[in-house]
Amino acid sequence: MAIFKEFSKQKRDRSVADRQRHKELVKDKIKKGISDVIANESIIGQSKDKKIKVPIRGLKEYRFVYGSNKGKGVAQGTGKEQKGQVIQDQSAPQKGKGKGEAGEDAGEDIYETEISLEEAVELMFEDLELPDMDQKKYFQSETEVLRKLVGYQKKGIRARLSKRKTMMNRIKRMKAKGVDSAALKNSDETFPFHNDDLVYRRLQVDVEEHSNAVILCLMDTSGSMDQTKKYLARSFYFMLYTFLQSRYENTEIVFIAHHTEAKEVTEDEFFHKGESGGTKISSAYIKALDIIEDRFNPALWNIYAFHCSDGDNFASDNKAAIEAAEKLTQVCNLFGYGEIKPDMGYSWSTMLDEFKKIQEENFVSLRMRSKESVWPALKKFLNKDRSNTMMD
Amino acid sequence: MDWSLDDLARWNDKIEEIAQECGLDYYPQEFEVCDYHDMIGYQSYVGMPSRYPHWSFGKSFEKQNTLYKMGAQGLAYEMVINSDPCLAYLMIDNPLSMQILVMAHVYGHNDFFKNNINFSHTKPEFVLENFKLHADRIRSYIETPSIGYKGVERILDAAHAISFHVDRNQRIIRLSEEEQKSHYYGALNKDRSYWDELKKEETEEEFIPSLSEDLILFLIENSRFLEDWEKDILNIVREETLYFLPQMETKIMNEGWASFWHYTILHKLKLPPSMHVDFIRSHNQVIRPHVGGLNPYHIGFNIMAHLAGKKDMFEYEINPQIFEVRAVDRDVSFLRRFLTRELMEELGLFEYQRNHGKISVSNISDDMKGWKEVRDTLIAQTGTGSIPIIKVKGIAPINNTLQLVHEFDGRELELSYVHKTMQHIGTLWSDFPVKLETNIEGNKVVCCYQKGEFTVETDSEY
Repeated sequence: MAIFKEFSKQKRDRSVADRQRHKELVKDKIKKGISDVIANESIIGQSKDKKIKVPIRGLKEYRFVYGSNKGKGVAQGTGKEQKGQVIQDQSAPQKGKGKGEAGEDAGEDIYETEISLEEAVELMFEDLELPDMDQKKYFQSETEVLRKLVGYQKKGIRARLSKRKTMMNRIKRMKAKGVDSAALKNSDETFPFHNDDLVYRRLQVDVEEHSNAVILCLMDTSGSMDQTKKYLARSFYFMLYTFLQSRYENTEIVFIAHHTEAKEVTEDEFFHKGESGGTKISSAYIKALDIIEDRFNPALWNIYAFHCSDGDNFASDNKAAIEAAEKLTQVCNLFGYGEIKPDMGYSWSTMLDEFKKIQEENFVSLRMRSKESVWPALKKFLNKDRSNTMMD
Repeated sequence: MDWSLDDLARWNDKIEEIAQECGLDYYPQEFEVCDYHDMIGYQSYVGMPSRYPHWSFGKSFEKQNTLYKMGAQGLAYEMVINSDPCLAYLMIDNPLSMQILVMAHVYGHNDFFKNNINFSHTKPEFVLENFKLHADRIRSYIETPSIGYKGVERILDAAHAISFHVDRNQRIIRLSEEEQKSHYYGALNKDRSYWDELKKEETEEEFIPSLSEDLILFLIENSRFLEDWEKDILNIVREETLYFLPQMETKIMNEGWASFWHYTILHKLKLPPSMHVDFIRSHNQVIRPHVGGLNPYHIGFNIMAHLAGKKDMFEYEINPQIFEVRAVDRDVSFLRRFLTRELMEELGLFEYQRNHGKISVSNISDDMKGWKEVRDTLIAQTGTGSIPIIKVKGIAPINNTLQLVHEFDGRELELSYVHKTMQHIGTLWSDFPVKLETNIEGNKVVCCYQKGEFTVETDSEY
């Protein structure tokens, strides 16, 4: 006599927590994959709707396993196999699977997800924001936020479930059916929620007011900025730009390119045009100060300035540059200086050492060496906690 | 749904009657009806009603669910737990004929669990409670503020990486080093026969203790800075592996045995003709050969049926020897003893050789010499044979290096996996160095891991 246990209609989903954790870990992996992809040349200057492919290696459970390149195995066949017959050849590209395909390789699950640039940036910058944003009195910029409750609806996403209304519906239904809730307590019977009970909040777009912000992007376009350096600087600004666009809708962005002279340029010129010549860093800072004085009153605007250069400045200009930088830090919420030194090679002049003289708290300087360090650098700039601003 | 629980109970009684007549000896049976979602859920926790939380089970669920939804893989026909009473799941969507087949099949497994010697250490009467207790203990560590989810996960990740490195055959009695020594000296130079004079005299220095393959136990006993809770987690993982190992070691036999019995019982059941056709169809689907792979149901069923004396039809005397076989063998010995050349030909077994993406047939069963090669390769990949054997050589003094050695049998380890696995061992060895001797491209090499540094050096010492 066996015992039979009836199918219980009660939904249990025991693996939900473990699945959640697995998803989290996969998401972390995607995040790591993205900063590699996004630092890639090909996407710089692309529109934010562009789809990019991010390869994710599946989470592997590592163990000691036998390699799959060599070795032998046994499989079942049709009985017509001949000694020496080749059943699968992946060394030559070939579609379709051989009938005798053996399926016990170490198994590399590579997913490739396709996400839009915007989503990617969203993921990357999840925990970043413009630091030290002050509440400026006038000129509030406006951002649309989905917030205001305007009523209830039958369909909606889980997060907007109105527990109160739903509960009330259940009670109504219970009364209508004549079920006694007191009696229910003492019996094993339940009165489960029905799909019709569920009620969701309906929200409407509301306008949230933000303080004004302006970002000044300063880039060295002198002759010493070679192809690699320019590329690093551009990918830095591209990430910054994408981040700002996705996060702060009404933020003004000013592009300044400089060699010995500085001038304000358009976004397109900034990202795509090359220049040459010597370097006078002070020129850029003075230009920035001019623009600020002209258009962005520090009392009304949050001002952020970022400068990327290789630090090869005319020695005679150093003093002027530092003076200008100090002035700039006084009017800016944050002034970041990123020095691009791609190789370990010798470079006699570096502004990093010079800039150490600046003691202001809202001045950050750091060095970027390679593609991989662009993303950490940006994170460093935008991170609120900057206990250690010098990095390698 | 063309059945009710009463139908199942009625058919079950008939099945049990026949099973007992045939001499099956099983634990009390319990069936639970579940839907596909539950089934995948159970599957990802290897059937256990409660198990500790870990993301790998979530991954397993996602994978099964995706494969199922894409139609790439059907669901398991049945799921039986080695417990007393024996617990089995029935899928609610299956028609009655399939349920009958599954129930008969389950009694085969149940009998096998109860009688096969490899399961004698698994304590089936406590297993469900034990797994629950394990889960509770691990949850309590998660809730301990000083440990937390991440703390537990770190140890579980590492423990899972080496979970199979325990004593694989619980039936082999492990002697302590002292016992080994006394056995060794006792047998030394005794009973030397005439021709042994020509051999070198055995001397005492030659005693080498046999190395343990129980890496987890070694770490529990010897890792210097593991905390009690960390050792407890290792212990839990080790115990669960020891419980599951016999099922890996007897997959072919167990499925063969259960398939043989569902086949036999269903023929004796005298099903109405319409159901009989369904049954034959389902049966053939279960035991069909997987061309390009290995279907343990197919291989096991054919060998078992052959041993039982089946020629073509089911009307035959069942050779009582098969009860003996199901009691004492495991897949490796089962194949070695009973997989004949004729059977191998019938099963279409062949050996292939992999060489960088190119796979070619290296031996076939229809060959006077080659068939033994095919069989031996099959045995080498059966059960836990597909998992490399790693043994503990000892601890080097001074820098506390954990010395491991891979028992090389011609199959090379995947180095990228070695790297990450040694990283996990490093976690459990409190970041002291870990070394592994193995063989790559015909050379002896030593893989070293310490604090993120992984190196492979050609071995000059050995």
